[in-house]
Amino acid sequence: MENNLIVSPSPHIHGGDSISKNMYGVIIALIPAFLVSLYYFGIGALVVTAVSVIACVGFEYLIQKFLFRQEPTLWDGSAILTGLLLAFNLPSNLPIWIILIGALAAIGIGKMSFGGLGNNIFNPALVGRVFLLISFPTQMTTWPVPGNFPLTYTDAETGATVLSLIKGGSHEFPTYTDMLLGNMGGSFGEVGAIALILGLIYMLVRRIISWHIPVSVIGTVVVFTGIMYAVDPYSYANPLVHLLSGGLLLGAIFMATDYVTSPLTKKGMLLYGVGIGLLTSVIRLFGSYPEGMSFAILIMNAFTPLINSYIKPKHFGGK
Amino acid sequence: MLRTFRIGGIHPPENKLSAGKKITPLTLPKQVIIPLNQHIGAPAVPVVKKGDLVKTGTLLAKAGGFVSANIHSSVSGKVNKIDNALDASSFKRPAVYIDVEGDEWEDAIDRSEDYIKDCALSDKEIIARISEAGIVGLGGATFPIQVKLTPPPGNKAEILIINAVECEPYLTSDHSLMMEKGGQILTGVVLLMKAICVSRAVIGIENNKKDAISHFRQLAKQYQGIEIMPLKVQYPQGGEKQLIDAVIRRQVKSGALPISVGAVVQNVGTAYAVYEAVQKNKPLIERVVTVTGKAVSSPSNFLARIGTPISHLIEAAGGLPENTGKIIGGGPMMGKALISEEVPVTKGSSGVLILTKAESVRKPMYPCIRCGKCVNVCPMGLNPTFLMSLTELGDWPVAENNNIVDCIECGSCSYTCPSNRTLLDFIRLGKGKVIGIQRARKS
Repeated sequence: MENNLIVSPSPHIHGGDSISKNMYGVIIALIPAFLVSLYYFGIGALVVTAVSVIACVGFEYLIQKFLFRQEPTLWDGSAILTGLLLAFNLPSNLPIWIILIGALAAIGIGKMSFGGLGNNIFNPALVGRVFLLISFPTQMTTWPVPGNFPLTYTDAETGATVLSLIKGGSHEFPTYTDMLLGNMGGSFGEVGAIALILGLIYMLVRRIISWHIPVSVIGTVVVFTGIMYAVDPYSYANPLVHLLSGGLLLGAIFMATDYVTSPLTKKGMLLYGVGIGLLTSVIRLFGSYPEGMSFAILIMNAFTPLINSYIKPKHFGGK
Repeated sequence: MLRTFRIGGIHPPENKLSAGKKITPLTLPKQVIIPLNQHIGAPAVPVVKKGDLVKTGTLLAKAGGFVSANIHSSVSGKVNKIDNALDASSFKRPAVYIDVEGDEWEDAIDRSEDYIKDCALSDKEIIARISEAGIVGLGGATFPIQVKLTPPPGNKAEILIINAVECEPYLTSDHSLMMEKGGQILTGVVLLMKAICVSRAVIGIENNKKDAISHFRQLAKQYQGIEIMPLKVQYPQGGEKQLIDAVIRRQVKSGALPISVGAVVQNVGTAYAVYEAVQKNKPLIERVVTVTGKAVSSPSNFLARIGTPISHLIEAAGGLPENTGKIIGGGPMMGKALISEEVPVTKGSSGVLILTKAESVRKPMYPCIRCGKCVNVCPMGLNPTFLMSLTELGDWPVAENNNIVDCIECGSCSYTCPSNRTLLDFIRLGKGKVIGIQRARKS
């Protein structure tokens, strides 16, 4: 019998979701925060972002083509996203050669050494960031003071972040309005709280991520720092300052929610989020680093396989 | 808030192209091919031989065991041969070929259009008639229903749930039947209630069939104990366990039967077949089949005789489109891709879906990004991506521990996966392996 019918097992239709749809969705959600950083940090933010994205995509291409000898998957958006997130975690006056090293660490060590997309244990952008933080502590903690679209790149005036002010025992913080809008020192993508929350809402509406991780991370930090503030308001900053400062929102919304390195189930996500929140608070309040978000996420990344094997989805009919 | 099942689920585009189309009786083909195994369980044993003359409704084969079903001739004519024929599973299995001559029915069958509401038969007599008529679950599972109506000792049915969900995209055979044969269906429901001695029945209808819901609400007033329950549109609500969860909020445990929570579930088409068998003495020889697809010139609901080649139905719906890629027996989520147009309509054929070449091609598969979407949509609360990996590794003990055998093969995981991973293909393979291992262990 001659015919050209296609035969394959069911299901015969697909919902049309794809890796690139999700990746570009996250990239779109990052646009408001990018615009805020562009306003306050000007050319610096633009240069760092461009270098980081091009370097991440370039390194991925080279590794896939010449080391893995496979068809490069440039346009799935994952390397672009890693580049963006890495850039958002850097000061806007970082020398270009350091950014290149960060991108190589992120893509080469963080992602490709595990086998590429889907196989990495740690969030690649954070691997890159922490690599730089440990290797170049001075450059990585010299923060340009925000201005109105400054056109200079490396020789901007520098200042401290809110969290390093707290670590230094200061009680002089920017106003809450400035913190909400992003008018403060810091890695350039982490400063605009309202812009980051806009991104969160966009991703929730498009169902790219669920609320479980961001809410549990932020909730835990607020509760933990709230208790400490209630106990000793002089030594500890109030939870709102913690919420709006440093990488908490950027981390909770964009970094901790990375599909590959976060748990599969809702319950697992909550546990993971609480873990990140606790570790962040502990590092911020008692550790020697002013900021703990990156370390907290990386540590919980390492626990993700364990969480996945112990926290199973709720089985129909119970067990 | 409309009810639905509580774990997972998806909502694919409904594409009910043939909704609202009247049921059209299909002309008789020149030859019908009636497989002897149209149900779950043992094949039926033929009682006719080559050259025998049969009438429409003549018994062709007797049930080959308790879990089996009688098979009747759907046409009158001469038995050409009993030989292997391709069926929807793409295997060749024994079937009775009948050359059609005229259309002469068995005298015992009441062919009039009269609607008979009352029935004086006892529960045993009703089940006997159903069994005699060879009725199987018409929703697609094709389980011989006299088995479901005779609960194992120690179990007592409390409620009859009628599956009028039709959650598969494209299909409208149940919907059209409900719009045209409402009274007969409800009488069938009453007969089924009588057969299992329950006083309450719930007909679950998804809310995308609003006309059927209001029609049935109107009709149900004339019957005792029948409730119409609109349900939120959610696939796979037509799954037996999912429907029970949606309607009575009880979850059937792994490996258990619906009767363990006091429920018996029957499809709405089955209720109609029960009406015809008990009140009209008519065996199951024809059924409503939707022929549909975006490229099909006139998507239709046909009343087709069992054994009619699919090609005959496609011809009646305007012919096979030029750009046909796939012919599917059933719906797009759980139907089987057919390897030939000559496969016959069987008792479980609810539809024929024709997909274009473009719709038929699977997209390339990418690595799992562990987004967890398959876990969220799995209606059985399984971890599809993990089960796929276990199957790839051949780690059967762990797969068994993670309940691979509970997979209902609804395809929600593969449908949802952003990396186009063929999750269900692998899980199905693993499930088969694990069931094999379990059987070997038992014996």
